[in-house]
Amino acid sequence: MALAKITSVSGRAVHVPGADIDTDRIIPARFMKCVTFDGLGEFAFYDVRKNEDGSDKQHPLNEPRFKGASILLADSNFGCGSSREHAPQALYRFGFRAVIAQSFAEIFFGNCTTLGIPCVIASEADIKALSDAVNADPTLEVTVDVANDQVRYGDKSFKASSATTAKEALITGHWDPIGELLEAKDDVASKMKALGWAA
Amino acid sequence: MGKTLFAKVWDSHAVRTLSNGQTQFLIDTHLVHEVTSPQAFGMLRDLGLKVAYPNRTFATVDHIVPTDSQVAPFADPLAEEMIQALNKNAQEFGITYFSLATGKQGIVHVVGPEQGITQPGTTIACGDSHTATHGAFGAIAFGIGTTQVRDVLATQTMALNPMKVRRINVNGKLRPGVYAKDVTLHIIRLLGANGGIGHAYEYGGNVFDEMTMEERMTVCNMAIEGGARCGYINPDDTTFAYLKGRPYSPTGEAWDKAVAQWRTFASDADCVYDDVVNIKAEDIPPTVTWGVSPDQAIAVTENVPSPDDAKNDVQRASINEALAYMKLPAGKPIKGTKVDVAFIGSCTNGRLSDFREVAKFIKGKKVNPSVKAIAVPGSQIVDVLARQEGLDKVFTEAGFEWRGAGCSMCLAMNPDKLIGDQLCASSSNRNFKGRQGSPTGRTVLMSPVMVAAAAINGSIADAREVFSI
Ligand code: SF4
Repeated sequence: MALAKITSVSGRAVHVPGADIDTDRIIPARFMKCVTFDGLGEFAFYDVRKNEDGSDKQHPLNEPRFKGASILLADSNFGCGSSREHAPQALYRFGFRAVIAQSFAEIFFGNCTTLGIPCVIASEADIKALSDAVNADPTLEVTVDVANDQVRYGDKSFKASSATTAKEALITGHWDPIGELLEAKDDVASKMKALGWAA
Repeated sequence: MGKTLFAKVWDSHAVRTLSNGQTQFLIDTHLVHEVTSPQAFGMLRDLGLKVAYPNRTFATVDHIVPTDSQVAPFADPLAEEMIQALNKNAQEFGITYFSLATGKQGIVHVVGPEQGITQPGTTIACGDSHTATHGAFGAIAFGIGTTQVRDVLATQTMALNPMKVRRINVNGKLRPGVYAKDVTLHIIRLLGANGGIGHAYEYGGNVFDEMTMEERMTVCNMAIEGGARCGYINPDDTTFAYLKGRPYSPTGEAWDKAVAQWRTFASDADCVYDDVVNIKAEDIPPTVTWGVSPDQAIAVTENVPSPDDAKNDVQRASINEALAYMKLPAGKPIKGTKVDVAFIGSCTNGRLSDFREVAKFIKGKKVNPSVKAIAVPGSQIVDVLARQEGLDKVFTEAGFEWRGAGCSMCLAMNPDKLIGDQLCASSSNRNFKGRQGSPTGRTVLMSPVMVAAAAINGSIADAREVFSI
């Protein structure tokens, strides 16, 4: 299946601070009562963005100056907890096309890659510096250069890399593996047989 | 040099290397539930694909089913829609479906083992992070996202990266009042909520050898809360005895052959691990969480941490954040914290042995009138077996509500929810902010017996004192 090659993502960035931000926080379970992912965007980070009466709380994603940001800056162990793909789906539909963090939980990382959302890992100091820069100037253009393991903004740049397999998948347009997986039908059938599972 | 169970299973299930370097990995058993599957079936339809191996795909409903009245149609139209979607998908794609009507419905991680579907040396995937539970049988079991659910439905394989294996030894003798739940919470406390990233956890040592299968499931269930992708225990006679005679277990000659083969999957004595952690059983206390991540745990006799104890700014910020959310005073005992709700259930601790153990202690005692206490069997079969033993009566006489099978208050996608900032003593596995349905609701994780002690006391208590253990 021919997919877009995702070699770099550019846009404005916003920092959602905090370690161990779990997928329950990214999309609370009650919004998972759905049979399609459409419309999940408006519920991203709902409980930290909204009061119980639906009015806005103070949160970076509510600030008009960060509206339209497409790069999410996070801290460590981002996306831990539940395996729900609703989390990256909600972020994607909210408008995010890349995430930069110190570390990612594995299932979340894999889910993002399969949706074509690069997740790159950078140091705490570099994330802090970028966060300071976008807080000072939210219109700053930030580039996540997946192919070259780099994030650039203004006249600065820092190293930000992804697991080799994820990087390879994104830049070659193989981030959704279904096409390739389907090709091995016969190999799978003989392996299933060898393992004792009748077809 | 010998191999670990993980390596043996990996080698026997790797189909080929994909162009990005990942491994195309064969999944023997695919478990499906109503929340993470409808979109995957939708994608299948869009691509004009079928389920490749419907006979290796098993579905049930657990997350959204109400536990008070399970009569269709459900009061919640969205829940009804999701159930209808699964009914339709199971029928259209020809997969085995343990629906409410079969008497075999339940939490997917309770149903798989109960039916004998979960077997040693096999690979299991499910669109649910607690799939690691099945590792108790020496299976390699992964929680996956919805697009991967699609991949497994369509191809019986998924793209996967290899991982390291960390052996966690617990040796010695657990002290009275210390349960499998405490062991798993203690491990997470020591190694951190992200300590297991990139790893499979192999649990070993005499403590796990001596555990029942249900206890082993409690331990493996929470591997993911420690950041590990999966967790497992080598199969042994306890494993085989549990599986014997289950509906999907082999029978007759095939059984003997299977057991002989299952034995070979266990890690070899001379295998090498990427990392080894040793824990003394005597050091494990009855453990409770105090914060909003499962590694924010302490002994029930300890004080809640204070930001002054923090080693650095990041830690200080996370302690402050957790204390503010949990509304707990820094540096004060956790014992005595008022409890509003008590929940015994979930795929961590909703099995027959959990209810039996609690029943031993609550007989003749009464839940504090200020506490709403619910007991929720993990499956319809657990419910029936518990009733046969009269356990439901013991619970209701003590003041618990005895409910129908489901995930219930573990994640509150059903009507069982906390209200406002209620504090729940819970036998489940996650204490994340808002996890139990109210954006300000508070969760304190602990063993089922500790939940019962909290319910009776009206506040967090040391079960050893309340029940003279
Ligand atoms: S009981 Fe809780 S953790 Fe287990 S499957 Fe249900 S929602 Fe997930």
